Amino acid sequence: MDFNKKYTPQTWPDHPEQVTLEGKNKFLGFWLFLGGETVLFASLFATYLALKNKGPSGMEFSTNTLFELPLVFIMTMILLTSSLTSVYAMYHMKNHNFRGMQTWLAITVLLGLAFLGLEIYEFNHYVHLGFHYGQSAFSSAFFTLVGTHGLHVVIGLGWIILLMLRNAKRGFSLYNAPKYYTASLYWHFIDVVWVFIFTVVYLMGVVG
Amino acid sequence: MSSIAKKKGFGATLWDYLTTVDHKKIAVMYLAAGGLFFVIGGIEAMLIRIQLAQPDNDFVSAGLFNEIITMHGTTMIFLAAMPILFGFMNAVMPLQIGARDVAFPFLNSLGFWLFLFGGIFLNLSWFMGGAPDAGWTSYASLSLASPGHGIDFYALGLQIAGAGTYIGGINFLVTIINMRAPGMTYMRMPLFTWTTFVASALILFAFPPLTIGLFFLILDRMFGGNFFDHTMGGNTIIWEHLFWIFGHPEVYILILPAFGIFSEIFALFSRKRLFGYSSMVFATVLIGFLGFMVWAHHMFTVGLGPTANAIFAVATMAIAVPTGMKIFNWLLTIWGGSIKVTTPMLYALGFIPSFVAGGVTGIMQAAAPLDYQLHDSYFIVAHFHYVIVGGVVLAILAAVHLYWPLMFNQMLSEKLGKWTFWFFFIGFHLTFFIQHFLGLMGMPRRVFTFGADQGWDLFNLISSIGAAFMAVGVIILVVNIIITVVKNVPAGNDPWEDGRTLEWAIPQPVPFYNFKQTPLVRGLDTFWIEKQEGNKEGMTYAEPLSDIHMPNNSIIPIVMTFGLFIAAFGALYNGEKDWAIPVIVLGLAITLGSMAVRSIKDDHGFHIHKEDLMNDKGGK
Repeated sequence: MDFNKKYTPQTWPDHPEQVTLEGKNKFLGFWLFLGGETVLFASLFATYLALKNKGPSGMEFSTNTLFELPLVFIMTMILLTSSLTSVYAMYHMKNHNFRGMQTWLAITVLLGLAFLGLEIYEFNHYVHLGFHYGQSAFSSAFFTLVGTHGLHVVIGLGWIILLMLRNAKRGFSLYNAPKYYTASLYWHFIDVVWVFIFTVVYLMGVVG
Repeated sequence: MSSIAKKKGFGATLWDYLTTVDHKKIAVMYLAAGGLFFVIGGIEAMLIRIQLAQPDNDFVSAGLFNEIITMHGTTMIFLAAMPILFGFMNAVMPLQIGARDVAFPFLNSLGFWLFLFGGIFLNLSWFMGGAPDAGWTSYASLSLASPGHGIDFYALGLQIAGAGTYIGGINFLVTIINMRAPGMTYMRMPLFTWTTFVASALILFAFPPLTIGLFFLILDRMFGGNFFDHTMGGNTIIWEHLFWIFGHPEVYILILPAFGIFSEIFALFSRKRLFGYSSMVFATVLIGFLGFMVWAHHMFTVGLGPTANAIFAVATMAIAVPTGMKIFNWLLTIWGGSIKVTTPMLYALGFIPSFVAGGVTGIMQAAAPLDYQLHDSYFIVAHFHYVIVGGVVLAILAAVHLYWPLMFNQMLSEKLGKWTFWFFFIGFHLTFFIQHFLGLMGMPRRVFTFGADQGWDLFNLISSIGAAFMAVGVIILVVNIIITVVKNVPAGNDPWEDGRTLEWAIPQPVPFYNFKQTPLVRGLDTFWIEKQEGNKEGMTYAEPLSDIHMPNNSIIPIVMTFGLFIAAFGALYNGEKDWAIPVIVLGLAITLGSMAVRSIKDDHGFHIHKEDLMNDKGGK
């Protein structure tokens, strides 16, 4: 298999991420990895629910007093939109439109950065209120769950940026198509986890 | 890059092993490193038995005793049994399915180095202020209160080693799903491949909870978290749940490949097709599935309530059904077979009664009310050693003899092998059978000594003598290995003469590209079918001879791992030393930097050309 073979939109396969054996392996291996990640986050969610609002006696913080839905709602919308833009990027990859893909990935990265900025602002705000990492079991569980998601966002952003820079001058090949594809899968996964964080941590914290 | 074999110097050979991505060489490294940890864990076991050989003994102090039992359990499970099984999976499974290599050769190497550095990190605790001392389960109520850095070594070391195992699990799954030779349908896969498959799936879903539990422990002890601290609203039971959600499937991660090895042995040396193949596959999958439903049987006495206890008790007893199916299938495989009692077969025959005994005591403990009596007594110690030693370790020893000719093209001495078996087997029963009664007489586990007036002297002495027998068995095995390696007599193709599955069809010594042409699999026990039909060439091939694509070696995995190793030292001294945070940053920078290098540098591998293949008669 010649990895550097140049394709035209006519010869470009329908599923460029799964043409080579390496691509197939990456595709399947990454799905399995995300299965394990799901269990990882499930453990974090379970712990969070067990430790929610638990702290030293007389603790003033609770989900009701702490969280503000408007900010989190904006964050949710930003991240959901970024998932949509990464779909556009993959759509362009299938159509062999390299510039289109890079553009939509760049938009995805910008949205991701905006989300990250708001999350840092949110965490900073809590710490200033006195709700820092070691304040209580509740704070540890909250920061660990949401922070692990935040760390995934950072890794996802670093990954996508690296891919964009590395391949900027090379265009598509069957070697980098699986890489783009798995990066976008990862980004969707991050988004799905956030949907659960929004529901379980914030909505159920304020409303439930 | 050339495929032409040539003699290499020591430096070149060392570099070759440090950078290799070949599943066969990685298998050898797993076996060597796992074997070394097995010996270390064995020495710890001997120290335990010496201390308990007589009442009121002061051979080791109470504190040191706690460190020894913790390290014995942790080493044996994480650093000996699992890596050695990983070694056999790496050596055998790709050949059994006719694959060129595993799906991700680079990750295979990374997984090995993560395991090795994690293991080294854990064992460095002996020299850096004391080993972990809260038991291999490291319950948070104990481990949070443990002074010194022992528990930190445990949490960080297992985190690194666990990442390696997780990567290995995904790798094996993808290999088996995507890379089977033409004709190798799922229901033609040899049982060892099937059990590797199911055990890998268990790894995929069982290790993340351990990762999270260990992170909580790390965060609590080193970074000011409060997950387990009751005064801050934490809950120590969370650790127990997370640990056992991992820990129970872990038992099956160990025993299923052992079942696979014995299935291969029974069919091979009874010279008969494995009885009830499809029910064996079904039982394997069912055990894997049920293995996730029973973790709370380790926690009957925690106080989860009668409803939870009843559900978990029933689920636990249900596992006896598929396991029983397996036992009867093995017996019926032997039945009417043309049996050759070789060393591996001896282990397999010894395994059945030993493992059944362990299984039966398991069912006893599954009854929650009885478990209240047996909990934390020597009965439990006897039970889990019967399943782990009587199942997993016997399988590992059998596999060492069985697969040695496949891995090294040499035959271990059958005579010494049988001596090993008898010493080990008799010693094993002598050590652990009597511990059931010690447990029933009330001796609690993890006590560092006992009084002369408690009536446990004689039984403990017998148990210690048994342990010495096992040690002799292992020493004979080591001698056997040394003699065999020094003699270096080639074993040749199909060394057991009755090989049934694909791995025995490969020429010896195994070429680094495995099968020259991908074989065509025409049924279960495909090599046996070819032999029965008088095929002199070995196999029917699915493709004409053509160029083979191979992955490049890489030093990056070891660098990546080394970064984590450094970062772990930073984490260990966080809040204590000024350099802690910079060291964490440095270590992670090395790891992330090498990941970036791996991502940026294209790695297309290389091709072995058809002409070179035609001249190559095999060999390294």
